[in-house]
Amino acid sequence: MAKEAQKEKSMILQKEMVEGLFNQLATAKEDGKKVCYTFIPGNLSELIRTFDMLPVYPEINALQSAMRKKSGGYIKEAEKNAHSEDVCTYVKCDVGMMMKGNIGPTGQKIPEPDVLLLSYTGCFTFLKWFETLKREYPNAKVIMVHTPYQENAEITPEMTQYMVKQLKEEVIPQMEEVSGIKFDEEKLKAHLRLSKEAEDWITKIFDTTKHKPSPIDAYFAGVYYIGPINIGFRGTEQAVEYYKELYSEIQDRIKNGLGPITPEGEMKEEKYRLVVEGPPNWTSFREFWKIFYDMGAVIVASSYTKVGGVYDMGWRHDANRPLESLAEYCMNCYTNMNIPQRIDLLSKCIEDYDADGYVTNSIKSCNSFSAGQLGMMREIEDRLEVPVGFIESDLVDPRYFSYSNIKNRLESYFQMLAQRKSMEKETV
Amino acid sequence: MKELNELIIECKELAFDLNFSRAKEWKKNNPAGVVVGYMPIYFPREILHAAGALPVGIFGGGDRKQIIKGDAYYQSYICHIPRSIIELALDKHTEHFDGYIFPSICDVIRNLSGTFKQQKIGKFVKYMDFPQNFLPEIGGVFYQQEMQHVLEYVKSINGKEVTSDDLNHSIELYNKNRKLIDFIYEIRQEYPWRLGIDDVYHIIRAGTVIPVEEHNEILEQVCAHIQNDIGEPQDKIKVVISGAFCEQPAIGLIRAIEEAGCYVVDDDYMLGSRMILGDIDSNTENPLEAIANSYIKQSQYSSSIYDVHNPKENRLANIVNMRGADGVIFASASFCDPSLLDAPIFQNAFDRMGIRYIAFQFSENINQFKVIKEQVGAFSDSIKLWEDEPVTVE
Ligand code: SF4
Ligand code: SF4
Repeated sequence: MAKEAQKEKSMILQKEMVEGLFNQLATAKEDGKKVCYTFIPGNLSELIRTFDMLPVYPEINALQSAMRKKSGGYIKEAEKNAHSEDVCTYVKCDVGMMMKGNIGPTGQKIPEPDVLLLSYTGCFTFLKWFETLKREYPNAKVIMVHTPYQENAEITPEMTQYMVKQLKEEVIPQMEEVSGIKFDEEKLKAHLRLSKEAEDWITKIFDTTKHKPSPIDAYFAGVYYIGPINIGFRGTEQAVEYYKELYSEIQDRIKNGLGPITPEGEMKEEKYRLVVEGPPNWTSFREFWKIFYDMGAVIVASSYTKVGGVYDMGWRHDANRPLESLAEYCMNCYTNMNIPQRIDLLSKCIEDYDADGYVTNSIKSCNSFSAGQLGMMREIEDRLEVPVGFIESDLVDPRYFSYSNIKNRLESYFQMLAQRKSMEKETV
Repeated sequence: MKELNELIIECKELAFDLNFSRAKEWKKNNPAGVVVGYMPIYFPREILHAAGALPVGIFGGGDRKQIIKGDAYYQSYICHIPRSIIELALDKHTEHFDGYIFPSICDVIRNLSGTFKQQKIGKFVKYMDFPQNFLPEIGGVFYQQEMQHVLEYVKSINGKEVTSDDLNHSIELYNKNRKLIDFIYEIRQEYPWRLGIDDVYHIIRAGTVIPVEEHNEILEQVCAHIQNDIGEPQDKIKVVISGAFCEQPAIGLIRAIEEAGCYVVDDDYMLGSRMILGDIDSNTENPLEAIANSYIKQSQYSSSIYDVHNPKENRLANIVNMRGADGVIFASASFCDPSLLDAPIFQNAFDRMGIRYIAFQFSENINQFKVIKEQVGAFSDSIKLWEDEPVTVE
């Protein structure tokens, strides 16, 4: 493997987008821009843009802090202030960062929110998180959008209507009030059209893992690919341009029969194709990834890349039904799907992408993902007779990433996969 | 009228009957009856009662159910209650239940509903999404639709069409039930020695597994008894317990807090039975709307209800004042996100307000609590003996 990471044009585009956003945030107050804190699952990017606000995603700050090895200190800071050891570490990392001056990933200060837009989807912790933030930022307006859960594996017209009413009667008037900008439906529709375009591209991109070898890693690289669509660029030309570029780069890789790019260059041999359930660990992201690519394992699909929206089942934002489609979008994020739906979706991934195995990375402090994962794993194992693996770590708390433990478990798992493969060969 | 002791013994048996025998018997006598289990915290039992169903609270196996299968479903860093609930279901303790309701309180209970669906346990499994929008015309309407959904499930089993009269009648019964429970707390506020908190707990919990009519009879008798000057006052401080609204502490722990020197004058152990404050309109053409509005406008604070317009710390502080309590004990189930995430909010506010507190964590299956007892004892002593010394919190 080559030792140098290769910088593709798409990577540069993404870097520019992210830096641009943080630069804008740094001068938001001087520029008279309103700042809206919100969460990734169920994010109403298009609406935020319609009111010319700048988004801040506390989860992104947390994961960036982890990648910069700062989360451990932030978490301790929060724990000194009565936050329990056992709750979502994103929250504690964010609170700790705030207590330490709210310096964001680019070293610039993140401005205080004018709006806390809680379109909370798929996780109760979001609710508690914003209750905490509201007490820190008493002047911010809190706008709550309740996203009903797909408890019966469906989105009913009542559920959509409930959300549309909230958008119409609560969210939009309050956004107008804070921003001083009148709601412009045409502007929203224009953003929604661009969202759909980006969603078409990202679906095609994640579908390229059908190729053998897979040209991308849909988890470790996938988390970068979902960046623009999830952190406020959905609904922009920039996002469409980024995804087009990324797609064409991937097409080149397919033409040349190349596997995924890793931090150490190209992966030379694809030995195992896996589907992964659960978020990654961010504090030791590189080491974590390396365990996989060193073994020739490529992730062909992951549930984590669907937290900000599930597009592979055909759903898209729709400019002809602007508010309805925002509502459906929120309800259609991965952790807002019930356990049987999650099982079906992951089983479909295993089949569609011809995966050899299924691995759960169970996150200690994320009940939204983790509660129910063991049952899901058993069901998938029974249904598809696919070897399943189970590891545990945490999102941003370095205390819960045990390299040797994870490596040992994965090595045994890969041995099992190898045996299975050789048995299959013999049978053939 | 039965003796108080007799009533307490009866309630003790009912409260921890993990075979839910009273529900079994009820079903035998009501062949068209539907038994519906509901998880914590709150469910509007009125609608089930009106639909000819018996609502039965499932509050986990506590320290009385050994977990064998449940651990294969839940990682060690998830609270204990989902594993004991699944264990009860897989071991057929609830095989006479027709349906299960999982109120929206946290991601664990929510995902447990999916596991029940996956395992095809019961004739129906409903995750009940309570509104987090508190406008009657938006959140209230959604809530009514959720209740309607439950009624349709029950109707698909017993064919019963629920009328407004049915609902109004059930609302009245539960209004009475809450009033009687409130009366017990009012008496205990002044005379907590008349009935131990463990007895109160048994009496209220028993009400979650038997028909409301029977529970009202028990409560009436208990209320009559505790109006008499019974028991001996002891030198104890008064505290409010907060945070134990879902997974329940072992009864020994509930008792230990009083033994260690703290009269518990309010708590959220069985919050669901006391969730609605005051009466629900029982004389209305649209009873579902009345139930929805009661939840929106007159429910107790809870870690599962977005509180931004009505901060929970102020509400708990009001309870402390109203009850004349000396302090608060925050008791959270281990790994309980809603309770633990609320802790800093409460504790920072109470530091400012000068309300004393201690905090500890428990697990339903642990019945060793020497350390907690010592902590509670020290808390009580510090308030009794050194009024001015601040209490340090672990
Ligand atoms: S609990 Fe999980 S889904 Fe919820 S905020 Fe934390 S990391 Fe995100
Ligand atoms: S104890 Fe807490 S985390 Fe566990 S199910 Fe109950 S509310 Fe949820």
